[in-house]
Amino acid sequence: MSSQKVNVCYVPRVEGQGSIKVEVGRGGRVKKCQFAIFEPMRFFEAFLRGRKFYEVHELASRICGICPIAHQMTALRAVENAFGVEVSQQTKQLRTLLALSGWIQSHALSVFMLTAPDYLGFDGAISMAAKHRDIVQTALRIKKLGNDVGEIVGGRAIHPISAVVGGFTKIPTEEELEPLLARLKSARKEVLETVKTIAGFDYPAVDRDSELVAISSGNEYAVNEGRLVSNLGLEASEAEYRSYILERQVAYSNAKQSFVKGRGSFMVGPLARVVLNHEQLSPGARKLIKDIDLNLQSTDPFMNIKARVIEILHAIEESIRIIRKLRLDVAEQPARVRTGVPCSGAALTEAPRGLLYHSYTFDKSGVVTAADIVPPTAHNSAHVEDSLRAFCPKVVAAGGDLSLQCEMLIRAYDPCISCSVHAVDLSKGV
Amino acid sequence: MAEGKPRLAVFKFTGCAGCQMELLRLEDELLQIAERISIAYFMMAQSRVDLGPYDLCLVEGSVSTPRELEELKRIRSVSRILVAFGDCAVAGCLPSIRNWISQYKAESYVYEDTTPIMSIRVHGIGEYVPVDMVLPGCPPHKDLIFALITSALQGIRPDLKYHPVCVECKLRENVCILRSLGKPCMGPVTRAGCGAICPSYGRECEGCYGPMSDANAGQLARLFKKNGMSDDDAVRKFRKYAGMTDEFRAEAGI
Repeated sequence: MSSQKVNVCYVPRVEGQGSIKVEVGRGGRVKKCQFAIFEPMRFFEAFLRGRKFYEVHELASRICGICPIAHQMTALRAVENAFGVEVSQQTKQLRTLLALSGWIQSHALSVFMLTAPDYLGFDGAISMAAKHRDIVQTALRIKKLGNDVGEIVGGRAIHPISAVVGGFTKIPTEEELEPLLARLKSARKEVLETVKTIAGFDYPAVDRDSELVAISSGNEYAVNEGRLVSNLGLEASEAEYRSYILERQVAYSNAKQSFVKGRGSFMVGPLARVVLNHEQLSPGARKLIKDIDLNLQSTDPFMNIKARVIEILHAIEESIRIIRKLRLDVAEQPARVRTGVPCSGAALTEAPRGLLYHSYTFDKSGVVTAADIVPPTAHNSAHVEDSLRAFCPKVVAAGGDLSLQCEMLIRAYDPCISCSVHAVDLSKGV
Repeated sequence: MAEGKPRLAVFKFTGCAGCQMELLRLEDELLQIAERISIAYFMMAQSRVDLGPYDLCLVEGSVSTPRELEELKRIRSVSRILVAFGDCAVAGCLPSIRNWISQYKAESYVYEDTTPIMSIRVHGIGEYVPVDMVLPGCPPHKDLIFALITSALQGIRPDLKYHPVCVECKLRENVCILRSLGKPCMGPVTRAGCGAICPSYGRECEGCYGPMSDANAGQLARLFKKNGMSDDDAVRKFRKYAGMTDEFRAEAGI
């Protein structure tokens, strides 16, 4: 067997600019394995300094156009933790609804439009639509529904405007939310109809055990709040995050790589959440685990795709439950913030693609003096390389298309590369 | 794809991909658009790479590295209609806030070793190459994107809005939150297109569509300060989505 090289200099069908360099030598020895991110640095940590506490979530939203809601929710909670602001139960529920709308649109895009073309033999969703118009139309309808929920609750789907520190500037009315119920129910049906196709894909496999990390909460399938846990026994609060998750800079990439202290790389995202928190999934989503045969012991990144479908169903069912339960006080005003003392705060949430960390420090007038943001793709980037290293020799031995298979592995993580280039701890740099 | 269809390209420079995501929010129209055009380059959505020429080329993001500048020049040379797609491509948007920090300082805030960092001042694409159409917004509303694509394909000028957000706000019969509540609303100097969503959701406009034509930023800044805003806060207002534009530059602190 001769040696094989892969150099994908711009991985398509993922958000942002990343590349893969792999070299598998004779006998299957991996000589080189790099997942490099060449997305230009955007210096959020530099220009967030000097901005006021009430602008942080508005600016942080612009870290990512695919998961702006996740960045907003995390920034809002980090700021509120810093200033000791308690938000109402209503605010928490609306924020969960908003975050789930982000999951629905992001997962629908990832599963049906970015991933499915690989398994059905097309170069993208548009060309796939010629033969599989039903799948693409289902995807577009579900994605639109997610965006519409986001628009009703947050005022705008991409970079929402009504979620602010302490609450919401406008509470949606029951007349606005009610029509969503019928659409959510029909989306649930559509997901169940499409799921066979997705579950039936011929998935490659990465045969390697790894640590799965997510936040977890006793009450619900954790989205906006919870404790840091892993399948290897990690257990910490969001304030303790930095004592357990460490970072390393690598010369060839603009994103730092993350490790669990004393262990190694880890994976965040849908599979980690389903494995760690499956007991809190909605009834339909729990049933789907069995129906599509997702092994809850698996740590294979390709199983993120199945987990994503399970989470679409969960997000739809949970949104229905929340909307039915809401008794809205439309006159509620955002909680007040008191500045005057320097303070700092951190928050962990689950973005569509996994664990997201924000931390900010403020001076006495509420101006940012330090920021630390670690997005899911930065958490995953070392794990991506470890998976490639285990995966490539097998592909070469089986005579597969190494370049395409590597891309498929990357897309299984659904990376969001624009996000990842902010993985820089400002407080250490100055 | 059949020969003879107009060819669309979507490029991304330094930005969040939100404008491309807004384009993909044309869920009801997307498949129909795809029947009338050939998608030649759209890395986020399709693997096939076609290096040009293009009939319509949307560029999202600002130019912030030498590599992007070279790529922009190449793209310009193969594009018939080049569009600055969203605030970052128009005038640098949020990334341009760092232009008020010295380049070295910004880099050293973020990196311990700044030697491998190749970054330049943040500008919109029009700073370097001629641009045929400008679509502002962070992000531009999908209706505007649709109007632009369909107009470009027909060879007519798109019906984009040049008046302030106030016009849309009046049409929605909102109470003026600047006059009545004294909130620091950027609506009077901000270009319409969003449908005045922020005032409709009970909050002030933050100016995310950049300046309207002939915006009187100085007068609005004086009004903010008369209502009790500090000088620093006023600078922050204008040094956000469009601090590098001629209209906002003075108030943004140059």
